Amino acid sequence: MIEIRGLEKYFGALQVLKGIDLDVEKGEVLSVIGASGSGKSTLLYCINGLEPIQKGTVLVDGTDVHAKTTDINKLRQKLGMVFQQWNSFPHLTALENVALAPKIVKGKAKSEARDIAEKQLRHVGLGDKLNVYPNNLSGGQQQRLAIARALAMEPEYMLFDEATSALDPELVGEVLDTMRLLAEEGMTMICVTHEMGFARDVSDRVAYFHQGVMDEIGPPDQIFGDAKSENTRKFLANVR
Amino acid sequence: MQETISFFSGFTPNDLWFLGEAALRTLWISALSISIGTVLGCAFGWMLYEGKLAATLTLAPVLDVFRSVPLIIQLVLFYNFAPIVGLDLDPFGSGVVILTIYTSALVANVARGGIEAVERPMRRAARSLGMSYWQDMRYVVLPIGGRAVFPAWVGVALGVMKDSALVSVLGYVELLKASQILITRTQEPFLILTIAGAFYFALSFPISRYAAKLEKRWAQ
Ligand SMILES: Nc1ncnc2c1ncn2[C@@H]1O[C@H](COP(=O)(O)OP(=O)(O)O)[C@@H](O)[C@H]1O
Ligand SMILES: [Mg+2]
Repeated sequence: MIEIRGLEKYFGALQVLKGIDLDVEKGEVLSVIGASGSGKSTLLYCINGLEPIQKGTVLVDGTDVHAKTTDINKLRQKLGMVFQQWNSFPHLTALENVALAPKIVKGKAKSEARDIAEKQLRHVGLGDKLNVYPNNLSGGQQQRLAIARALAMEPEYMLFDEATSALDPELVGEVLDTMRLLAEEGMTMICVTHEMGFARDVSDRVAYFHQGVMDEIGPPDQIFGDAKSENTRKFLANVR
Repeated sequence: MQETISFFSGFTPNDLWFLGEAALRTLWISALSISIGTVLGCAFGWMLYEGKLAATLTLAPVLDVFRSVPLIIQLVLFYNFAPIVGLDLDPFGSGVVILTIYTSALVANVARGGIEAVERPMRRAARSLGMSYWQDMRYVVLPIGGRAVFPAWVGVALGVMKDSALVSVLGYVELLKASQILITRTQEPFLILTIAGAFYFALSFPISRYAAKLEKRWAQ
């Protein structure tokens, strides 16, 4: 379970997160929507400790992400993350991309890391691309590669930061399908997304962020059908 | 008849051997300086990248000095003044020290550029997989950044090899010094400098060819 309490984040004098309280249960799929600049990406970075925070706490299964005593590299193994930009390691084949972290971070034997990588690549539908270098893959394939790479660490949570925003429209579907698959398998997911269809169909809850504040959170039906916040309604009217 | 003989007079196969040996010394002093200088330069480049203020205030100006003062002046100064501070080095030792520092000053900038070539999102992706700072450095930044600045590094290495000719002013008998000795004796500057040039070419050509091949393989 992820427990966020009173989270405040500043970049210099700019307050980007203004006191966020949020719990994400095991097995839940939470979509985070909101205008650009509202702090959605920053929230994810604060959850896996890629950004330090100024106030509040983030607990992952009871471990304080930002405590000095926390082994953050260990904790991050629980928290897979997929970024807007897919960030494939260009010098490694698809298989090596996925096998690298299990090998060096988890200390798996080479053959075992290979097996894990192969399994995860098949999982995301790249079983026929094992020995292909990333620059011979499409954006959608590279993003699925990024998902496989994160899954190879056997995370308990997956954080998606606009995983489809940088893709050509015709490639969005294959990545969303992979995310749907993970959701069906019971993965706990926090998905920052602009894909309202995905948010509505797949999420258990949807959170709307507005200028660093979580303005509203609730089941998709409520957010998309009967939003309480004026801001939410305005935002949804604009994206649709 | 007389003239054709005199054309080659003085230059014997032995002299070719002498030049060959000197070329090996050029190769040796260059290889040593380039290897140590590259390791040092990577460390300096990392400090420039990470150390921010402290490194920019202290290290950067020092490296600037070594980059901008002509190598020949550095060599002569070091060779003549090192004994005063108790460092009694022969021409070879002095040459290695100065060439190494010079290489490291050049490589520092290349290395910093290499680290900068790996953008933040890539590094965050690596860290998000649980990699430590040094694992990210070793398995992501080094191969990606290294390939990005490899051509620049090859340029530095080939340049240092040519510049190693300047160690001749200290009396170390590398390729250029050997040529000078032979020219004085044979009075055949054209022939001997052509041969010396061919040796320099023979030393650098395989390196640039191999580098080009590597770059091509990486580019696939
Ligand atoms: N590294 C950074 N340094 C300074 N400001 C930043 C940085 N990252 C994000 N910001 C600012 O924080 C705010 C929230 O950004 P972000 O979390 O990326 O929003 P979103 O993902 O919702 O578009 C924006 O105003 C952005 O300009
Ligand atoms: Mg964002």
